[in-house]
Amino acid sequence: MDFSVVVEYFPRLLEGTWVSLQLVLLSIVLGGVFALPIALARISPVAWIKAIPFAYIFFFRGTPLLVQIFLVYYGASQFDAVRESIFWPILKEPFWCAIIAFTLNTSAYTAEIFRGAIQAIPQGEVEACKVVGMSKVQMYRRVLLPRAFGIVLPAYGNEIILMLKGSALASTITILDLTGMARTIIARTYTPMEIFLAAGGIYLIISIVIIAIFRQIELRQNRYLGTLSIKVPDKG
Amino acid sequence: MIDLHGFGGQLLQGAVITLELALSSLFVGLILGLLGASAKLSTIKAIRWVAHTYTTIIRGIPELLTVLIIYFGATTVLMAIAGLFGYDEYIEVGAFAAGVTALGLTFGAYATEVFRGALQSIPKGQHEAATALGMGTIRKFYRIILPQVWRIALPGLGNLFLVLLKDTALVSVVGLEDIMRKANIAVSSTKQAFLFYLVAAFMYLALTIISMVFVSYMEKRASRGLTRG
Repeated sequence: MDFSVVVEYFPRLLEGTWVSLQLVLLSIVLGGVFALPIALARISPVAWIKAIPFAYIFFFRGTPLLVQIFLVYYGASQFDAVRESIFWPILKEPFWCAIIAFTLNTSAYTAEIFRGAIQAIPQGEVEACKVVGMSKVQMYRRVLLPRAFGIVLPAYGNEIILMLKGSALASTITILDLTGMARTIIARTYTPMEIFLAAGGIYLIISIVIIAIFRQIELRQNRYLGTLSIKVPDKG
Repeated sequence: MIDLHGFGGQLLQGAVITLELALSSLFVGLILGLLGASAKLSTIKAIRWVAHTYTTIIRGIPELLTVLIIYFGATTVLMAIAGLFGYDEYIEVGAFAAGVTALGLTFGAYATEVFRGALQSIPKGQHEAATALGMGTIRKFYRIILPQVWRIALPGLGNLFLVLLKDTALVSVVGLEDIMRKANIAVSSTKQAFLFYLVAAFMYLALTIISMVFVSYMEKRASRGLTRG
């Protein structure tokens, strides 16, 4: 194996890395925003309000992300109505299709994580809020959501790492993310092992950085627990 | 039943391939997971280090990249080995073999952690009792430890299998004729992308539901004779 090709193409790999990071950051932020109402609807006592997020979550967790990307990128363009609509400038861009698919996917997983965290808060704290006369909105904003944020961290860290790894699928719809860039370079140089291993190394470093950041946030957010840490069942 | 432009049968064939790939990878992954967990609990530092490196690398890089590395790398590695024996013709590694290797390695890395937790939760007294009855290491593992580890590890392994089932779609990228690939073929000839990818999605959903039912049956079976508190 000849690793000089990695040195030569390293700037291109970094370009791809930046695209991957953009994909992950955008979809994590958008996914988080969508996940909260989905999670709250999921714990609603009303049956039909509960059913919609349940079906949504079941579909997006039960099917491969690759199918979801293809459904958005190739599937949407099947309909003339979509091609003629105002959304077409967005839907014809592979980058935005990837963002849409990733956001829908991660919001389903994140909603389940949020739900678990909200339900893990002891009933006594909810009762205490009611006793001091808080409204439902105040209770969520001041007590339940900040508490849930601390509980959610380990599982949420996992979700971001899974999203980082899932972002490699963007390469299948012609996006030049880290994997896509690696495949493009390989098509030119035909040195698959060297370039793929380099790309793998970059993903690994990003994962390790994310894990370290989350450990710090966790220590800070849950400092009232002393050395204890809360475990939420993750999705496996 | 909708006609699916004549591609229904093709998609079902794809489902069979998907299932074959998932079950083969599961088999490889379970063995790797048990080996990995035993290695992580080993008293020898070097063995622990090997297992730790394996799980860190596999869990840190995208599954798609693992599939691509194995698919392209296996040819290079096998040809290098064959070259040592004076054989220099091109060796083709099939998508199925590459898929089983890549997904098996992935499943194995995650299963290592599941099995490690389960192995550590078996009380020391069980080991001692088995030894006191005169069982050797292998018999003790097979008769006493493994059935209990299996029961504790099953829910975690069930989750991992659902992840594995969805990861099989990635192997279509290197040309395996699974559900995804068959859907791609159908789309390129009919231009009905939304229809076929939606059908593919529901086929994966059906496989997921069947697996969930099977896992819960296995869980019941593994904990028979056990009263839960």
